[in-house]
This record gives sequence, structure tokens and C-alpha cells, in this order.
Amino acid sequence: MSEILLDVQHLTHVFRLDKHAVIKAVDDVSFQMKKGEILGLVGESGSGKSTVARCIMNVYKPTGGKILYRDIDIGDKAQLRKHRKMLESLRQIIFQDSTSSLNQRMTVADIIAEPMSIHRMRPARGSLRAEAEFQLSYVGMDASYLDKYPTELSGGQRQRVAIARALSMEPELLVADEPIASLDVSIQAQIINLLRHCNREHGCSILFIAHDLSMVEYLCDRVGVMYRGRLVEIAPTAELYANPRHPYTKALLSAIPIPDPIAERSRKRIDFDEVSFDRDGVLTRIAADHFVLMQEEV
Amino acid sequence: MEELLKIEKLSVGIHSPMGKVQAVRDVSFALHPGELLAIVGESGCGKSMLCKTIMKLLPKSAKIEGGRIIANGVDITDYSDKDMRKLRGKLFSMIFQDPMTALNPTVPIGKQIAEAILIHEPKLPKEEVYHRVIGLMELVGIPQPHQRYKLYPYNFSGGMRQRSIMAIALAAKPKILIADEPTTALDVTIQAQILDLLKEIRTKLGTATILVSHDLGVVARCADRVAIMYAGKIVEIGTAEEVYYDPRHPYTWGLMQSLPALNRGAKELKTIPGMPPTLIDPTVGDAFACRNEYALEIDYHEQPPMFKITDTHYAATWLLDPRAPKVVPPIGGRGHV
Repeated sequence: MSEILLDVQHLTHVFRLDKHAVIKAVDDVSFQMKKGEILGLVGESGSGKSTVARCIMNVYKPTGGKILYRDIDIGDKAQLRKHRKMLESLRQIIFQDSTSSLNQRMTVADIIAEPMSIHRMRPARGSLRAEAEFQLSYVGMDASYLDKYPTELSGGQRQRVAIARALSMEPELLVADEPIASLDVSIQAQIINLLRHCNREHGCSILFIAHDLSMVEYLCDRVGVMYRGRLVEIAPTAELYANPRHPYTKALLSAIPIPDPIAERSRKRIDFDEVSFDRDGVLTRIAADHFVLMQEEV
Repeated sequence: MEELLKIEKLSVGIHSPMGKVQAVRDVSFALHPGELLAIVGESGCGKSMLCKTIMKLLPKSAKIEGGRIIANGVDITDYSDKDMRKLRGKLFSMIFQDPMTALNPTVPIGKQIAEAILIHEPKLPKEEVYHRVIGLMELVGIPQPHQRYKLYPYNFSGGMRQRSIMAIALAAKPKILIADEPTTALDVTIQAQILDLLKEIRTKLGTATILVSHDLGVVARCADRVAIMYAGKIVEIGTAEEVYYDPRHPYTWGLMQSLPALNRGAKELKTIPGMPPTLIDPTVGDAFACRNEYALEIDYHEQPPMFKITDTHYAATWLLDPRAPKVVPPIGGRGHV
């Protein structure tokens, strides 16, 4: 049994809209991530995937539940303070929108080196600039980009800079919140290859959030499906795609476009009836590693 | 079959501070009544510019530099804005990528659809307009139209908003519908619904559709014919079967290979190296040559013409020249997925 890196237990997060209305963005979500694993989290927009990511990164304070990172309760103030430095450098996040997640007034070199100077790390390669150059070359861009500003780069290049910034801390856990949405298909493939390389070569665990299910199938070891704040199914990738059990997962999988016109034209889409969604179920184990949200049998 | 829309050797240039950008270069194609043509390419390849040129919604800095647009048998290349206004909505209308910004947030949905009807028939009685709006909302699959008539865009989800925009676009029963990345901002399940709706509308109303996308997977569901665009040019065009099962242009191979569905179990996804060119300097030779692993010497000197493969299938690559070395396509055939 490999080491458990991240243990999310009964995570709940509620957004308050006004005095009376609340939105349960994440509702009793539990899962574990092993070291060196790529876990995919899929679901439609508004299903709470990003909220989970942000709770894991301490951006939001969860309303309920616990998140254990290497047995450290990151919701606990005392423990968080004690391990802050370690937690802040070992967990890194990449956001979807690279236009707003990179400071427009900083050069690429400064952006990549900023986390290192914040943590007062001594650059292993002499100077911060040399460090930035190394990280940049790692993500496939040459030194000529060091003095450019984010606006001078294309979407794919900006996303690479964001990845380089995250990797500069040599993270153990990389949370990638829709890193490939809004990129071209051929550029998406480049970013996916890069993430896969990070995982294989450096053992970096990745929580990959996306709504493109075909990319998830290609990249991830295990996949969790979220709907309306609940985790409805979680299983190893091959098992989930071959044998989906929850009706929402089935609907989601039937909507993946396949590049084959004859097969695609005759394919039937499965619709998911949201009225029938039963949010009070329990995540039940149906096979070795396969869990589905269903009504508890009494 | 009579062509509804015919584009002949169309070129569009945009003047920018850095120089002239050749956004559309020498594009020719025809659209037949009731067919769905998909235009696929990376961002910046000129597919949106091409649509805007057909609608004549070009920015001031852009100019048609050559070629002709023939719509419904009439040459509209030199039409003024006033003449075009009569055609927009009636002959062709357009759906934009972002359903969040295309609607007016301060006007109820029903009223926005009614507006589109009244512009073309200002004297229509109120009840008749209401009936038509309800009919349109039903056509695009908005449930409970009577209750939703008075709702505002912010009450609607992304998919519902895109449906409302389609209702507006279809208000004057256009012969041609141009959909510019209508599903990019939407979820997979909603995307599939909207694509099915496009197909349904074409069957019900016989509207010819141009669907612009960057994803070959999305297009497979509904396209009759597919045109692949690169650096302002159409590099391959053919029926969906021909382009998917027998692609001939190396760029089409690259696009197909970068789809994860075709890479199951592979160690790495195939990518197209490099970036699309900026099109500011007039390119010598084939614009794709520097990213093309199959490039021949001639690609760097001379642009390939359109080679004919079948009556419907054309591709612009020197590999199809009889003197070119034989290259086995890395992808293709019916059973590749």
C-alpha cells in the first residue's frame, strides 16, 4: 500500500449569498490521494470541483469536514502555523485563466522566481534568474522569453509559465484547475504531455480538474465525478470508463465527442434527469476501488 | 445542386501597427442548401475572420483585398452597410461564441427574441409576435416558454442562453446560419445538446449551416463536410467521411493525432510542434512547412495548389503531386477509433 498524501474527509463548503440563501457548493466529499498519483476530478460547471481545489489549497476555509495533508490537519490553525512553510511550498496550484493568474506588470523571469524569493530559498543554480531560465527550459520555452511580459505571450505559453512557477518550488502536490480549457487542441496536448512528464519523472502527484473527459481518460490514474457538490462516483480510470454505474456518469460519458463521423452520428446520447438525482445517498463500494453514490440499503 | 453561398478566391487583410496581417488568403468554397459545413483550425487561423467577412462585420482596419462572395446568386462583395442590413437575419445570421455577452442583460429574453422578429416585420400585431416567440423558444428546446418569456438572461444557464441566441438568430428564418464556436464556453453534456439542436434545426428548417470549431471531435457529430483551415487558407476540404477516414494533409494528421481518443495507451500525445505563424510577413512557400515533419524542399519555395483527390475532396499539399515521395499517412481508415 503506497503512502496516502492527501485525505479529504467529509468536506463541505457553503457559500452564503445573502441573509437567507446559501449554496452548498461542496457537500460531504471524501476521497484520498496516494503519492505519485494523478487523480482527475470532472463535472459540469458549478459542480464544486474548483471549490474542492481551493479548500485543499487553503484558499477557502471549509465549512465542515477535514483535510489531512500528510496527516497534518490543514484546517487547524495551530497545525497550519507550525507547518506553514512546508505546506505552502509543497502544494502548488495552476489556475484556468492564465491571463488573470499572472501579474501583467511582471516579467516572466520575475513571475517564475517570485515564489522562491518569498520563501527565501537559496537558488541552487546561482541566481534567481538562472533558476527561472532552468524552469522555463523545463516547460519547453527558451531564455528569450525571460524578459517578456505575459501579454506578449500566447495562451499556451502563459499556461507554461504558470506551470513553471508552480514547479519552481518542486511541489509534491500539484492542483491543476482546468489548465487546458480555452486552449487549442494541439496546445492542450503539449500541456498534457508536460503534466504527465512531471508526474513520471518527478513523482509529483496531480489533482487534475477538467471537464474534458477524453483528456482525463488519457492522463489520469483515477477519476472522481462530481455533480451538484456531491462526489457521485470514483474509480480507476479504465474501470470508470468501461463500467460507469451512476446515471450521471453514464450521461457524461455518452456526451464525449468521438472523432468518427459514422459512429458518432448513430450514437445515442443518454440524458440525465436532474429531478431524479438523489443527493442523500452514501458513497458505496461496489468493486475493489470503485465507489458509487447510492441509497443505503437498510 | 445550386450553391447557396459561393466564396471565390477571397482574401482579407488587416492593417495593424506592426504591418499588414493576411488573415484570409485565397479561400474558395461553396455551401449548398441544407448542408452543414464545419470549418476547423487553431486559434488565429482566420476562421472567425472568414465568418465576419461573409457577414460583412469586419472591423474598420480590415479590407477585402480580392475575390468574390456570391450569396443566393447575387454578388455581395461590394454591398454597402445599408444593403447588408437587409440581408442580415434574413439571408444569413450568426451565433457567437460567448452566450454571456451576446445577450442584453437588461432586457427579458422574450423581448429580445421579439425584437429580432419586429425588425424584419415591423407591422406584425402583438399577439402574432408573441406566438412566434413562443414557437421559436419551443423550436430551440426551451421548456415552459410562457413562464420563461419574461425572465432575464441572468436567470438562464449557459446552455439556455445559447439556445436563446439561436432563437434570435433563427427569428427571420435565415437560409444560412453561421455558428462561430457555439459550444466552446459550454460543458460537455450541454455541448452535445447544442450540437444535436443544430442538427435538428437543419433537418426541420433546411437551414444551411457553417459551424466553426477548433475541435475535430466536436465536429464529427454533425458535419456533412469539413474544411480544415491553417494560416488563413483552406488546406483540406471534403465530406466528413473523407476527411476523417482518409485525411491527406499533414496538418489534418497533426490535428487528429493530438486528440486523446486516438492515443489510448500511448505514452505521449502527438503534438504539432511550434506555433501558427503570425501572418504579418507575406509567407513564401507553404505556411505549414516549418511545423511539418513531412515537408519537402519545394514547400519552402512555392505554395502548393489544391490537389483534387475525388470530386468532393481537395487538399493543398505537395505530397499529392505525382512526383512527391510516397508517404504513408500515420492515421486514417475507418477503424482507427
